[in-house]
Amino acid sequence: MSELPFEKPLNDMRNKIKELKSLSDGKGIDFSEEIARLEDRCKEIEDTMYRELTAAQKMQLARHHQRPTSLDFIQAIFTDFIELHGDRLFADDLAIVGGLAKFNGIPVTVVGHQRGKDTRDNIARFFGSPHPEGFRKALRFMQQANKFKRPIITFIDTKGAYPGNTAEERGQSEAIARNLREMAGFGVPIICVVIGEGGSGGALALGVGNRVLMLENAIYSAISPNGAASILWKDATRADEAAEAMKITAKDLLELEIIEDIISEPQGGAHRDMDAQVESISIAIDKHLTELLQMSSDELIEDRYLKFRKIGYYTMAQQEAGQAVE
Amino acid sequence: MQIKDLFSKKKYATIPTERPKREVPEGLMNKCSKCGNIQYSKELEKNLKVCSSCGHHGRLNARERIAMTLDEGIIFEYDETMESVDPLNFPGYKVKLEQQKAKSNLHDSVITGEGTIGGFPVVVAAMSFDFFTGSMGSVAGEKITRAIESAHLKKLPIIIFSTSSGARMQESILSLMQMAKTSAALAKFQGDGGLYISVFTDPTTGGVSASFASLGDYNLAEPGALIGFAGRIVIEQTIRQKLPDNFQTAEFNLQHGQLDKVVHRKDMRSMITKLLDMHCVKEVTTGE
Repeated sequence: MSELPFEKPLNDMRNKIKELKSLSDGKGIDFSEEIARLEDRCKEIEDTMYRELTAAQKMQLARHHQRPTSLDFIQAIFTDFIELHGDRLFADDLAIVGGLAKFNGIPVTVVGHQRGKDTRDNIARFFGSPHPEGFRKALRFMQQANKFKRPIITFIDTKGAYPGNTAEERGQSEAIARNLREMAGFGVPIICVVIGEGGSGGALALGVGNRVLMLENAIYSAISPNGAASILWKDATRADEAAEAMKITAKDLLELEIIEDIISEPQGGAHRDMDAQVESISIAIDKHLTELLQMSSDELIEDRYLKFRKIGYYTMAQQEAGQAVE
Repeated sequence: MQIKDLFSKKKYATIPTERPKREVPEGLMNKCSKCGNIQYSKELEKNLKVCSSCGHHGRLNARERIAMTLDEGIIFEYDETMESVDPLNFPGYKVKLEQQKAKSNLHDSVITGEGTIGGFPVVVAAMSFDFFTGSMGSVAGEKITRAIESAHLKKLPIIIFSTSSGARMQESILSLMQMAKTSAALAKFQGDGGLYISVFTDPTTGGVSASFASLGDYNLAEPGALIGFAGRIVIEQTIRQKLPDNFQTAEFNLQHGQLDKVVHRKDMRSMITKLLDMHCVKEVTTGE
């Protein structure tokens, strides 16, 4: 497992324990007491550290290159996955994956952003940042689901829509906007799971669901903390500070009633124990899908509308002194 | 004296002059930000803030836009005093809001209400770039959504003049969700036969461009308006290429099929009236 900067002290400690162990084995000196003490201390540090991760540390975990991707989860959570391709208009954007699959025996449509596993894969998949054809591919899959009355499960994991000239030429804005409007009108259950990074409009274009769930260390925001820091303070190195201020963690978003549920992660992040992670996501999807399957088409549309309709904080300013109040 | 000395530059000393610079009262003249042409502000106003030399469409705030477009201004303004709070307790947001309010004399980046255009009753929303770069936070999202819902309820067309830098960073995820909220309201309204004319004005980018602004039944734009999703600098850094000069202009978007029409400001009212005429029946008052 490759370590993140904040995990270094912990790993240093682990290495020290290993060293002591080999020393005691090799030289026959008994360090068992020290080793036991260090191991306790190590566990203690580990527990507190992962329990109290800062927003910036979660951001590092969410972007971890070994973190499972949409395809990893799709293949592990669902059965009989049939991957489908193309938007029927221009191309097959590999930054979006999706198709048909079964969840507990029920046919569903799955769609997700797909990051690459290595450099070559990342280049082919534009680092998980879709072009308009990607959003239109996702839309096509979802329209199909709506037609055949299949629930839709989306996996969100992108830094954002691809910022390129060809993306602009083909209508990046329109593609995202259309997805938002169309998703609002589908008469089937939609469950969205933010598994890594939920970056801006490119994430939201798969995110208009009845239920939006987030993995414990996933993040979701209007702009990346790096971008915010460079715009606000003209200093991209203050990304950690921006991450804290922007309320990007699952816990923050649950409090703000943007998401419905947090899916817990194995200690140290999803990449540490794939099986445990797959199980907890499956349980969460099962719970929410069971509830949503009780609703009629109209109820699902209304439920989704109300979920987003209520988001926002505002106030009515006081009338200025001396002004007549009607 | 050598010949080359003839061509050498003479050195002058500058002596500060006592005479004051020629006084030009503030705001009397105006310099076009595009071609540099200097003209009388009054002339410019008369010309709807369009440069007489190069045709550059200057930015308008929401009040100017409404005065220019509606027959008799806003007859009934919605949510006039709705204001932002600081829901995330974001550093510096409260102070910045106060500054923006003082500077622009507006409560937030959008004004909504009812009026008539060419005699047709409509719901209208106009954004101001001079309030917080027209960014959309909870207030803009809520006011636009309410305007759409009102148009739906009253069976009126809605016309939205957009100008915005996108989502308001200081409200982070709440701003992002306004994109979904406004688009969902349009899904209901348009699904029920409602007419929505979207007018892009300079500049419309990011979260506003990627939500309600792009969803018009008819998408119009003013000439030269900057319209796009990602910023030019971000794109140049990503693709490491210089972009063409007309990149993301209204004309560029028209050429790539993203707009129905680019309409000169002086013709906008009549174009909207013509479109309304294709859909609506004016309330006919019989002579009984």
